[in-house]
Amino acid sequence: MLTSLLESLDVEELLTATYETFYMTIIALIGTFVFGTLLGLLLYLTDKGGIWQNKVINLIVASFVNVFRAIPFIILILLLFPFTDFLMGTIRGPNGALPALIIGAAPFYGRLVEIALKEVDKGVVEAAQSMGAKTRTIIFRVLLPESMPALMSGLTVTAIALIGYTAMAGAIGAGGLGSYAYYSGFQRRDFELVFICSVVIVIIVFLFQFLGDYISSKLDKR
Amino acid sequence: MISIQALKKVFTSSDNTITAVDDLTLDINDGEIFGVIGYSGAGKSTFVRLLNRLEEPSSGRIIIDDEDITGLNTQQLRMARQEIGMIFQHFNLLWSRTVKENIAFPLEIAGISKAKREERVQELIDLVGLSGRENAYPSQLSGGQKQRVGIARALANNPKVLLCDEATSALDPETTNSILDLLVDINKKLGLTIILITHEMHVIRKICNRVAVMENGKIVEQGDVLEVFLRPKQSVTKKFVEQVMGTDEEDEGVSYLVSTYEKGKIVRLHFVGETTNQALISQLAKQFSIELNILQGKITQTQRGPYGTLFVQIDGEKKEMEKAIDYITNETSVEVEVVRNAD
Ligand SMILES: Nc1ncnc2c1ncn2[C@@H]1O[C@H](COP(=O)(O)OP(=O)(O)O)[C@@H](O)[C@H]1O
Ligand SMILES: [Mg+2]
Repeated sequence: MLTSLLESLDVEELLTATYETFYMTIIALIGTFVFGTLLGLLLYLTDKGGIWQNKVINLIVASFVNVFRAIPFIILILLLFPFTDFLMGTIRGPNGALPALIIGAAPFYGRLVEIALKEVDKGVVEAAQSMGAKTRTIIFRVLLPESMPALMSGLTVTAIALIGYTAMAGAIGAGGLGSYAYYSGFQRRDFELVFICSVVIVIIVFLFQFLGDYISSKLDKR
Repeated sequence: MISIQALKKVFTSSDNTITAVDDLTLDINDGEIFGVIGYSGAGKSTFVRLLNRLEEPSSGRIIIDDEDITGLNTQQLRMARQEIGMIFQHFNLLWSRTVKENIAFPLEIAGISKAKREERVQELIDLVGLSGRENAYPSQLSGGQKQRVGIARALANNPKVLLCDEATSALDPETTNSILDLLVDINKKLGLTIILITHEMHVIRKICNRVAVMENGKIVEQGDVLEVFLRPKQSVTKKFVEQVMGTDEEDEGVSYLVSTYEKGKIVRLHFVGETTNQALISQLAKQFSIELNILQGKITQTQRGPYGTLFVQIDGEKKEMEKAIDYITNETSVEVEVVRNAD
């Protein structure tokens, strides 16, 4: 069975698809990290008792996060077509998928960031304040470093969700393994190809999980 | 000098208001170790947090070395805070940083160059006795070592004042003593003012010069530690003194002493904290031809010397005994009370 599997396989196409999946996942992950951290910080800092306590801003950010988390990803892509077209000049290919991927994942990661920040000992923040630290110093030298292991494991969870999103995006033309499995596999009744794509995706997921766990444990000095 | 004038902090929530610090007025001298003692909920932590405005005062003024802390804007307050060190019950170290990096943190905040930071951190590590542990993470340290890091960090920018909120309450008795010794050492070496919050009277006894007793947000009694030990006025204060000295139950034992030791005089010697009195018993034995027999007592050490009571049996020639008692009364600051005269 294995030989027949490999015979029918166009290795070059598979590699391209794998590359596209990696490309979408990693670029979207970077964007998600930046925007999600921003959202998480905003949620945390404007919350009751926070350094920038502000009901209105907190409500706006929380609503944004909740709304975009509520929309199923496949619908979000469709919804964002005009925006994507305006921003990227295309709605197809890996680049066309990026805005939806980031907008879909950042609110999710933002909540994880908020939870991670809430775990930071209030006493440590207070100690920094008692030394005369600016808010910027507290964010970059206390809150983020102290919550880094949780931020990393949150990022791992998000990365794996993103891999799933890229496959969904693939089904409507974004490229990558999802696209390959759907168009070259499923639609041509080549279920072996669908199987191979699944195996590759599982390997990628495990890879991210392993890497994330490893970095997270290295960072954790508690 | 630190001058606190009519300081007040009211916490308001939807259903009630708590006056945690109530119209508190207090002066603290430069270079002294000032203790604030009170039971849980008395408002001690709120008080000390008001001093560097981690808590905003509802009203009143705080003046540290002629600088009105209460009148500073955010930027000025940040600068002022660099001159007010603070240590905490739970140490509040950054676990993601090593000992060295934790101590360097306030120096980074103050914008000190890297080379100068390294130099200063090494000085501080030596000062608090953490040599060899520079690169350890807080999770690898004992409680006492963590508090040493806390102290080093608080001293990094050469503050004028050190605020200690229950700094030894999470530590075992032995470690507590070593941390208290370190605080006294620092106070003497650097001449900085220490304000120390605690609910343990033995901490006050061991290192403070003056003490204020807090109850319901107010200072109900204050004075020299020895004076407060000697003549506590309020019932809270008496309870705190009993923590260290035991209760007056011992007096009940006096009648037992009187009936058991039938010969000679029995006297109560009250030591009120002067180091010169330390050799009193041996001096008496040398100078007068009397027998001395220590029956019972409790002596404790304060910053100013021994404090406490001893019951002593004196036997010998009547005239010699009188001379000895006159000597104690006139030549020393030990208070003497004859519990039973010789027949
Ligand atoms: N942030 C706060 N909000 C509301 N009440 C507070 C707050 N902080 C302290 N309190 C109240 O103020 C009183 C004094 O507390 P605290 O200063 O912590 O006392 P202590 O340190 O002597 O135990 C307590 O009744 C406490 O519940
Ligand atoms: Mg307290």
